[in-house]
Amino acid sequence: MILVWLMLILFVGGIGAWLTESRSPELPRVIALFAIGLDLALVILMLVAPGAIGLTPVDNGQGTWLVLFEAEWIPRFGISFIFGADGLSMLLIFLTVFLGMISLGAAWHEIKERSGFFYFNLLWTLAGVIGVFTSLDLFLFFFFWEVMLIPMYFIIAIWGHENKEYAAMKFFIFTQVTGLLMLLAILVLVFLNYQSSEVITFNYFELLGADLPEEVVMWVMLGFFIAFATKLPAVPFHNWLPDAHSQAPTAGSVILAGILLKTGAYGLIRFTVPLFPEASLTFAPIAMTLGVVSILYTAKVAYAQNDLKRLIAYTSVSHMGFVLLGVYAWNAQAVQGAVMTMLAHGFSAAALFMLAGGLQHRIHTRDLDKMGGFWGVAPKMSFMALFFTVAAVGMPGLGNFVGEFLVLLGSFQVSITATAFAALGLVVAAIYSLIVIQKAFHGENTNNYEFADLTFIEMACFALMMIGLLWMGLYPQSMLDLAEPTLRSLNVVFP
Amino acid sequence: MSTDILIDLLQIIMLTLTTVIVMLVAGFKREHGLVNALTTSGLAASLLIFAFVDPILPLQATELIYFDEYSLFFSGLIIFGALAVSILAYPYFEKHHNNNEEFYILLLTATLGAVVLACSSHFISLFIGMEMLGVSLYAMIAYPVHGEKAAKFPLEAGIKYLIMSGLASGLILFGMALVYALTGAMFFNDLSPAINAEGLVGNPLLLTGFLLILGGISFKLSLVPFHIWTPDVYEGAPVPVTAYLATVSKAAMLAVTMRLLLLSDAFQFQALLIVLTVMAAASMLLGNLLALLQNNVKRLLAYSSIAHLGYLLVVIIAAASIPGLLSVESMSFYIAAYFIMSLAGFAVISALSNAGHELDNIADYQGLFWRNPWLSGVMITVLFSLAGIPLTAGFIGKFYIFTSGVEGSLWFLLTMLIIGSAIGLYYYLRLIYLMLQKAEMAPKKDPALAAIPFGTHAVLASMTALVIYLGVYPMPMIEILQSLAAAF
Repeated sequence: MILVWLMLILFVGGIGAWLTESRSPELPRVIALFAIGLDLALVILMLVAPGAIGLTPVDNGQGTWLVLFEAEWIPRFGISFIFGADGLSMLLIFLTVFLGMISLGAAWHEIKERSGFFYFNLLWTLAGVIGVFTSLDLFLFFFFWEVMLIPMYFIIAIWGHENKEYAAMKFFIFTQVTGLLMLLAILVLVFLNYQSSEVITFNYFELLGADLPEEVVMWVMLGFFIAFATKLPAVPFHNWLPDAHSQAPTAGSVILAGILLKTGAYGLIRFTVPLFPEASLTFAPIAMTLGVVSILYTAKVAYAQNDLKRLIAYTSVSHMGFVLLGVYAWNAQAVQGAVMTMLAHGFSAAALFMLAGGLQHRIHTRDLDKMGGFWGVAPKMSFMALFFTVAAVGMPGLGNFVGEFLVLLGSFQVSITATAFAALGLVVAAIYSLIVIQKAFHGENTNNYEFADLTFIEMACFALMMIGLLWMGLYPQSMLDLAEPTLRSLNVVFP
Repeated sequence: MSTDILIDLLQIIMLTLTTVIVMLVAGFKREHGLVNALTTSGLAASLLIFAFVDPILPLQATELIYFDEYSLFFSGLIIFGALAVSILAYPYFEKHHNNNEEFYILLLTATLGAVVLACSSHFISLFIGMEMLGVSLYAMIAYPVHGEKAAKFPLEAGIKYLIMSGLASGLILFGMALVYALTGAMFFNDLSPAINAEGLVGNPLLLTGFLLILGGISFKLSLVPFHIWTPDVYEGAPVPVTAYLATVSKAAMLAVTMRLLLLSDAFQFQALLIVLTVMAAASMLLGNLLALLQNNVKRLLAYSSIAHLGYLLVVIIAAASIPGLLSVESMSFYIAAYFIMSLAGFAVISALSNAGHELDNIADYQGLFWRNPWLSGVMITVLFSLAGIPLTAGFIGKFYIFTSGVEGSLWFLLTMLIIGSAIGLYYYLRLIYLMLQKAEMAPKKDPALAAIPFGTHAVLASMTALVIYLGVYPMPMIEILQSLAAAF
């Protein structure tokens, strides 16, 4: 039930924010802060002291669930509300709520118009994402998968930058169409299961062991894969991302990069591979190749950008390539590495987008060629930029390094060639990242930009994310331990 | 005639009575408000009748009319739609038009025809219902033609519909004659035994008969390639009539078509299925593609309705190979969902328009979200529902279509459905985006927004609530549909 509460608080908070807009433009953000704060407190409580709020882990034979909630919804089709949270879900829920807080910080001073409706959308996106991370009924999952799109569409379409219509439309159509493919795949899966077991059900646990005819299973798996690979995104489905990211307002980019992309990776780990183990094994070489291509190709494309946000967007695709590689290597190190990369990239990409957004808010351009010498103008901001860039590149001691290292370690046991090429990505990453620092923060401030350094709220957000990344880099075991039972229950091979 | 039959006929009797009363009142006292109130309350009364009286089901009341839960459900839907149209018509015609009273008589006779269609399982009542509906509609479409500032092209639209619809009726009549000549049956129930007993499967003449009937029906349902009239008539007719045309007339036609196809075993003809498949695919693609080019909201919704009828056809085709239970359930759900969301959409246009000035250009909607969040909120919900996004009735409807399609293994049509939906998203989003644009870019003053009467608000609110309710908790509706589908 507590999972339902997490979502309800956000849903109700969102409506409250919208309704109070006419009273005072300040009120909505306070309500949003309160709602997210409450959620964050609950999530931390669930992680730290589950016993204190009456949670006892349940083992249903298919994993150990900290919370498992079931209720009927549409019995006609065997559809029910099944929400469950295990270690992996908890990590991602924490990431969601935490970055929700950060995006609130990013929006605090930036969003002036229609702030009530903005916070409504922000909170509903977060609620939708929590739904995605906890749904264990495929219909319910699809439901939330689509629900999180609409508020995100509004965020880009209303508060976005110069080319927002195109970006919002592209974002929506890419995810919606591949979503329909997934819906089709879900229905075929359910129908096949019905033919062999005479039961119509969308229940994840019952479908896990479904007996599927071999000749169609590959197609069904592809339906899921394409939807998740679009969200991840992986080449060749990544096309929507640079536009959506560069046009979205800062808070929108933070959520997109930090959380929404992770839903794709989560879908692969939770659904695609466990539901179709054999087909996934057959498909693994292609998926791993796509992962490597994503890493190298988008790193190269990133290098060619002079729009700061687009550049960071492409690096996101590149880093998510590691996740794809890790998931399809499907052994303990690789998948653990993928999970770590998801978390660490959530922090580092969110921070970088927040920096880029903050910069754009101050100087009204994202053009790297016009920037330069900002270290003198805004030393705090420059330091933060350096820190998070170095983190994204994979500096040992920070979270991203652990993730990518584990992915490479794991995938090495599966495919040496793929790993070798993927490792090259680390080198290219260093080049494009240093270019950013070089162009924006060093050199001459040719256009004589003068602007205020980071505000207190921004500093606080960055500091929190720094702590997070350091924690992940120095004590990754705490997170690996949380994810391990989940991965074991999903039949990841542990040594 | 037993009392049982009278009880079941109460709804129709009430409608007839209302028609007569309205006609008499309009003859003696020409007062728009009074006539509208009479019509509205008459429709409401006939809608509510079965809430107080238990109908006896199923029952064959005379040769022509058959009552079961299926016909009751669709009659209810039809009267509900007519009620909404009647409420919307008052502010639309008031002040801008002089002779408004006859409109309501036409509305009532059209509704009567539609109800007969929903209760029909006989060729004769099919034809009677269809003509009653059609003839009333000709006049309704062209209604404001004598107004000082007429809606765009009502006369053109009326005549177009008259010719097209007349032709379609002719085709259906000819088809019926052929089918009757070979089988000697007029009852839908008698068709299938007659076909099987006399070994008529594959008979080219019988196939021609069925194809003619289907062709005529496709005209009425505006399926490609019989869709040409739709955008012009939608655009030309006054908004409340467009709403009526898009919902009531289509739902009634679909109800009887499904009954005919399922009872008559027409699906035994492979050729028929092929024709239907081609029409479905063409409607989904062409409807959506042409909608991309429209700058008029009514035309846009016209093309979108063509596409949606194409989606529905997927279920009808699937009915050939899946259990009747699921197909009737899917179809009924989709019709109900489409009915409600279209009605809500046209209600928004109607709230913004009146007989003197219709706000149907896409540019008029720019920035509506900031000027009038309530109206545009309804419109956005409707557009998302039409696009099949969760939390709305349209999503569950689309889910049903996908389910039927998967069970019937219609992979080609499902692919077309996905492609069609993808194209559809584009123009729905375009309209949504336009409404979300900044208010400064839009015309400042908007006279039509000044005062929207309570009735319109009630229609908007109840339709929107239904769209969301059906999308979030469809189970009560599904239970109703399951029990009505059990008859097949």
